[in-house]
Amino acid sequence: MIAIIDYGMGNLRSVEKALEVSGAKDVFVTSKLKDIKKADKIVMPGVGAMKEAMQALRKLRLIEPLKVIITQKPYLGICLGLQLLFEKSEEGRSTKGLGIFKGRVVKFPDKVKVPHMGWNELRVKGEGLRGKLLKNIPDNSYFYFCHSYYVEPEDKSIILAQTGYGFDFTSAICKDNIFAVQFHPEKSQRLGLKLLENFVKI
Amino acid sequence: MLAKRIIPCLDVKDGRVVKGTRFLNLRDAGDPVEAAKAYEKQQADELVFLDITASSEKRRIILDVVRKTAEKVFMPLTVGGGIKDLSDIRALLNAGADKVSINTQAVKRPRLIREASDKFGSQCIVVAIDAKLRVKGSPFAIQQQNNGMASGDRKGLSGKAWQVFVNGGRTPVNLDAVKWAKRCEQLGAGEILLTSMDFDGTKDGYDMDLTMAVTSAVNIPVIASGGAGKKEDFYTVLTKAGADAALAASLFHYRELKIADVKKYLKNRGVPVR
Repeated sequence: MIAIIDYGMGNLRSVEKALEVSGAKDVFVTSKLKDIKKADKIVMPGVGAMKEAMQALRKLRLIEPLKVIITQKPYLGICLGLQLLFEKSEEGRSTKGLGIFKGRVVKFPDKVKVPHMGWNELRVKGEGLRGKLLKNIPDNSYFYFCHSYYVEPEDKSIILAQTGYGFDFTSAICKDNIFAVQFHPEKSQRLGLKLLENFVKI
Repeated sequence: MLAKRIIPCLDVKDGRVVKGTRFLNLRDAGDPVEAAKAYEKQQADELVFLDITASSEKRRIILDVVRKTAEKVFMPLTVGGGIKDLSDIRALLNAGADKVSINTQAVKRPRLIREASDKFGSQCIVVAIDAKLRVKGSPFAIQQQNNGMASGDRKGLSGKAWQVFVNGGRTPVNLDAVKWAKRCEQLGAGEILLTSMDFDGTKDGYDMDLTMAVTSAVNIPVIASGGAGKKEDFYTVLTKAGADAALAASLFHYRELKIADVKKYLKNRGVPVR
């Protein structure tokens, strides 16, 4: 059973359908804590601003429970679902995240076009970790990105992949049961579905 | 490295694709979902649906089209045409569109861009600009001069200036295309879909001057549109004119060029493509 957390930040239908096509049984979209607790795995999608995302989670009274649950079962964060894991974002004045990982969420500098939009390559860092989420996904494969902010983890050992956009930024992280990606596997055609299939099988 | 994107555009009317469908070898020629699947197979990087449904009571049909497409096709989808307000945008995004493209209503009420990007994020708000070369001495230019408006027009690098048109290119408005693009960026647009009305349908290539004028004025991605006729056209607009993506409709519908061949050509010439 996979719970996709709905906190009002974007369309979750694509993620749901992509997971189903990738072999997931029993996928459901929910914003209720009891459903999230029941699920074996959690997927946290979302696009847009971190400030609004945190406000939405607060309204749903999910912040404190999520801090615990995320560390307990396989978690896949997509886009905002990656950024929310960190301590704070420089978006707005300053927005606090869930703080599962140390580090911050920062905006791309003006020397590159913002948003970073389109297909870009993944350079896999942790070969040992590839076995799970990125199994059978070749190095330098293209995935679809659409974001203005990126994460800067303090602990570099959680970096699973990087992507070049003027400089190398973190495009995927992994630690224990937590996986999170900046790109959109649900919009990345064949290889995106492969990645979701890998998560389903974890 | 970020790849340059090749984007086919489909005109959808009353829920059916209206142009060139029989050339895509589809089982159901007018079915947008079938067309989207065909383009996904052909390595399209994104897909644009332009809803040209005229009657307002049939406008909700597009939502169903988007819903069905998003269930079958796992690639970015932009939907434009007839968007009036935040609830239209929300409905399209909830149906499965990744981005919405606003044109006429953005000109009529620029604050919509700000409100929409605040609400849904810049990354899903595309502003479509239809631009036409401003010919000196045209009635409009003279009228503008009389109003003292023309002096502020931002000239492109070519010394040319372009005027914005709305309502599917039928209505000229008193806006300079390059200045308008900059304003859209300031208001929070995440991307500009720039169509040259002068070059659209000519197959003479994209409007290099217009595209260059806009790409050098803004720091958001620009999709060039209008005029593609051969592989070289994609190369020049994506390199020399600085476009981030190139859009074409009939060229791909009628199978005059295959997306895969365009990409192969670009790759051989050193342009990053997927």
